[in-house]
Amino acid sequence: MANKQKKLLQGNGACVEGAIYAGMTVYAGYPITPSTEIAEGCARELPKLGGRFIQMEDEIASIAAIIGASVTGRKVLTGTSGPGYSLMSELFGYAYMTETPIVVVNVQRGGPSTGLPTKVGQADTMQARWGTHGDYNAIAIAPSTVGECLTETIRAFNLAERFRTPVTVLLDEVMGHMREIIELPEKGDHEVFDRVKPTVPPEEFEAFAMTDNLVSPMPSYGEGYRYNVTGLTHDVKGFSTNRTDETIQKLDKLFNKIEHFTDEIFKSRVELVEDADVVFISYGTVSRAALQAMQIARKAGAKVGSIQLYTIWPFDYEMIKRATKNCHTVVVAEMNMGQICHEIQKVLDPSKKLETVQRYDGEIITPMELLEKLEEVL
Amino acid sequence: MSKILDKIEIPTDRFEIRLSGSGGQGMIFGSVVLCEAIGQSGDKSVVQSQSYGPEARGGASKADVVISDDEIYYPKAMKLDLLLAMTQESLDKYYGDLKDHGTLIVDTSLITELPTEDYYGLEFTRLARNEVGSIVVATVMALGAICALTGLFSKEALTEAVLARAPRGTEDRNKKAIDIGYDEAMKIKK
Repeated sequence: MANKQKKLLQGNGACVEGAIYAGMTVYAGYPITPSTEIAEGCARELPKLGGRFIQMEDEIASIAAIIGASVTGRKVLTGTSGPGYSLMSELFGYAYMTETPIVVVNVQRGGPSTGLPTKVGQADTMQARWGTHGDYNAIAIAPSTVGECLTETIRAFNLAERFRTPVTVLLDEVMGHMREIIELPEKGDHEVFDRVKPTVPPEEFEAFAMTDNLVSPMPSYGEGYRYNVTGLTHDVKGFSTNRTDETIQKLDKLFNKIEHFTDEIFKSRVELVEDADVVFISYGTVSRAALQAMQIARKAGAKVGSIQLYTIWPFDYEMIKRATKNCHTVVVAEMNMGQICHEIQKVLDPSKKLETVQRYDGEIITPMELLEKLEEVL
Repeated sequence: MSKILDKIEIPTDRFEIRLSGSGGQGMIFGSVVLCEAIGQSGDKSVVQSQSYGPEARGGASKADVVISDDEIYYPKAMKLDLLLAMTQESLDKYYGDLKDHGTLIVDTSLITELPTEDYYGLEFTRLARNEVGSIVVATVMALGAICALTGLFSKEALTEAVLARAPRGTEDRNKKAIDIGYDEAMKIKK
């Protein structure tokens, strides 16, 4: 490989690099620990690139500003944590409903409320799926290394643009603050996807037209295509409707444009499950403890495998079924009181045991804790 | 009989360093330049992490660096190969995390009670004050000692990494501190 530029970066800093690589030109946000370095990085870098960094009065205004900027054709980002992600919930719904691509990095800390501002948690996993009211489908992804913070943020932008939808990148305090030396990608190393624009003349344009893949071409405001943007349930032209048939069509579109493409969105790392008696299932920073525990256990002669979820939502239930078919026990490890374990429970064959390792004290799960669980279940 | 816990071994493909002292002594700064010096000295993977938040100001403060030739799974330290302790409190708190026969480096101008005879003691703070004229460089001096005692990175790479991050006008003091730390450590290297 050619000599690529290497840099010691925090996870938060790598998110900034990834967003810029993907073409982000607008960041609006309100700094909050442990995500502040994302705002700092964007404030430093965006003006140099002709982009805009705006510090807003709060997180509701932050997400509103990036939705507006996205409608004008910009690729947009905001970063937040804890209570900030909760404040964004309402406008997340607006972005789902108006099918506006946005990327939100949530560097998770302990909760609820202001909780543990400087400590680690993974308790926003279900909030990333169900945070706002109503029926919709969500995309959330979780990197586990600084390098992946960069590449998964690029992927988040691609998914947001491809599916015209909000995407949450779930980090946690440890992931956001840890530093690793990574290679910075050059142009062309990673695919960058831009939203599909309409090709029909403006007078024939329908902003929420039904298409084969359920994603409607999206013009930028000012390009001559006029359409109505509203959080009310709307018809293909964007005007509000109470009609049952149009309501069903809109909600089915929101749901299925993601659900039908789960294979394309889902990403995981599956290690040594074929002969495993016990399989760890984890995501984010915890996956690194799981891989470490797997390596140590294998060396000690125990048959252990690991499934790491890079895509949390949409959840690939079929993949979990396949990858757990040979084991007798699944150990779901997460830094909360049990969230993704319930999704596993839905699909796990009843003949298999479901065990959990959970921490919600602001500290990360260690390989030793997983090995102690293995001792119990092997 | 245990099924697995008796059979497990600490992974040997990792080298784990902890810099510890009190908040404000520059443990995080030290760990960052350590990573950069290692990064410049080859193709190793490194992960740096720190205790973060109010508890890191004053009291025992620590920053961990894990180094490996391979992919680093668990990002935090599991069993330390090297512990630098700049205060008595940090030594007392973290000594138990050091491997048997791991390398212990202590600032003997501030630490008086040692739990072992197997250690390297240098008076970093006193040397920094008397020889360089500023106790601020004590941690950088300790990095010079780590360089000499481990050979994980070159003195040149360390100097370059420190100077790239240190405030302008402190170059000479930092260089001098690295040299003293390196030379004093070479004298006591086993």
